[in-house]
Amino acid sequence: MLKRVIEAADITAAVRTMAMEANFYLGEDVLDAFEDYRLTEKSPTAVALLDQLIENADIAAKQQIPLCQDCGYAVIFADVGEDAQINGNLKDAITEGVRQGYKDGYLRKSIVKDPLRRENTGDNTPPVIWCDIVKGDKLTLYFEPKGGGSENMSEVRGLKPADGREGVINFVVDRVKRSGGNPCPPVVVGVGIGGTFEKCAQNAKRSLLREIGQRHPDPFYADMEREILTKVNKLGIGPQGLGGTTTALDVFIEAYPAHIASLICAVNIQCHSARHKVAVL
Amino acid sequence: MSNVIDIQLPLDEVRVRSLKAGDVVSLSGIIYSARDAAHKRLVEMLDKDEALPFDVQGATIYYMGPSPAKPGEVIGAAGPTTSYRMDPYAPRLIEVGLRGMVGKGERGANVVEAMQKFGAVYFAATGGAGALIGRTIKAAEVVAFPELGPEAVRRLTIENLPVIVAQDASGGNLYKDGVEKWRDTD
Repeated sequence: MLKRVIEAADITAAVRTMAMEANFYLGEDVLDAFEDYRLTEKSPTAVALLDQLIENADIAAKQQIPLCQDCGYAVIFADVGEDAQINGNLKDAITEGVRQGYKDGYLRKSIVKDPLRRENTGDNTPPVIWCDIVKGDKLTLYFEPKGGGSENMSEVRGLKPADGREGVINFVVDRVKRSGGNPCPPVVVGVGIGGTFEKCAQNAKRSLLREIGQRHPDPFYADMEREILTKVNKLGIGPQGLGGTTTALDVFIEAYPAHIASLICAVNIQCHSARHKVAVL
Repeated sequence: MSNVIDIQLPLDEVRVRSLKAGDVVSLSGIIYSARDAAHKRLVEMLDKDEALPFDVQGATIYYMGPSPAKPGEVIGAAGPTTSYRMDPYAPRLIEVGLRGMVGKGERGANVVEAMQKFGAVYFAATGGAGALIGRTIKAAEVVAFPELGPEAVRRLTIENLPVIVAQDASGGNLYKDGVEKWRDTD
């Protein structure tokens, strides 16, 4: 069967656009969540902070400047259709799109070449790219600029299978509690359960691509998401950790088959600037 | 929201000690941006008895690394970064005259101790409100470490930067009191 050809230049152009749009325009789902929580928030200080976030999103969109100076580590999920053929190198094409987007969009370059020697690469490359092979002849690219402050509050832990549902819930709620105001609450909590060490972290990250309010299709996990969200919003942390009833906008769980010995769990915290874009080529 | 206290920087000890956790403040005047790499260098300079690149007496440091200014603009997005990473360095700067810090997230015991001893205050700016805060910055000039890019030290002229006193010079801490107030324990 003849494969459908996708040009590398089109991939670069799509990534460049997504880098800028993700950083300038907050998703409607996040804005709606700000408005909804604003109505239920009990602390007047917290309401004023949510108002600042709504105004901030408006200024960023109108002036086409970043919502936040931390324009993130460029994380890309590339779902490659098995019947698609890329004319060029996928990794190079994505990297070039990141380079162009961060330069042309006046986005901050936040990546250092080496984690210990810490010299800025100057163009926000390299990105982190996760590839998966899927059915079909399309290439789907998800762009998730991930801020450092919330990433720093993330954690992977090997729970015991005996810890079960309650153990996972306690771990997630405790992780949010210990994060306090550091990750820029109200946060979105990405949870990976099961799989191997790296698979569960990757699932926690991938879960953050969902729209606010989008529940897990399995009622068991949807119910667990609701329960964690309720518990987290009782912690009192509030916007910026200064107190309030809006600590998280949502909780997303992704589960994966686990080893008989393991219940590995990952929490990836996302700040309120919950930015992501998708392009289908 | 409570009444807004207008503060013209720099700060003095009397003013600092009058501020209480939870006070809503509007800051104007000169503020210096410095974050992780710049703090490391500033403290290295102090250790070598070198002069700092700005007058630290009464100064306020903003933990911030902006996005680049678009052509014709003063600065890009300019919200605070998480402050605990500067905790290893802040007490040294407070000891030599720093009075104010602006960032986000709770400070550690070593910083609180120096704040109480020497008289310094910690303000929380709204993390993630980078576009909004950028509009309060009227002038920006790199004064040290230009090779650090976004992490260079900048002298910023600000007008009405909205902040909240998060931790004060007498141990008041909104990260504890505010959270306890709104925690639902039922």
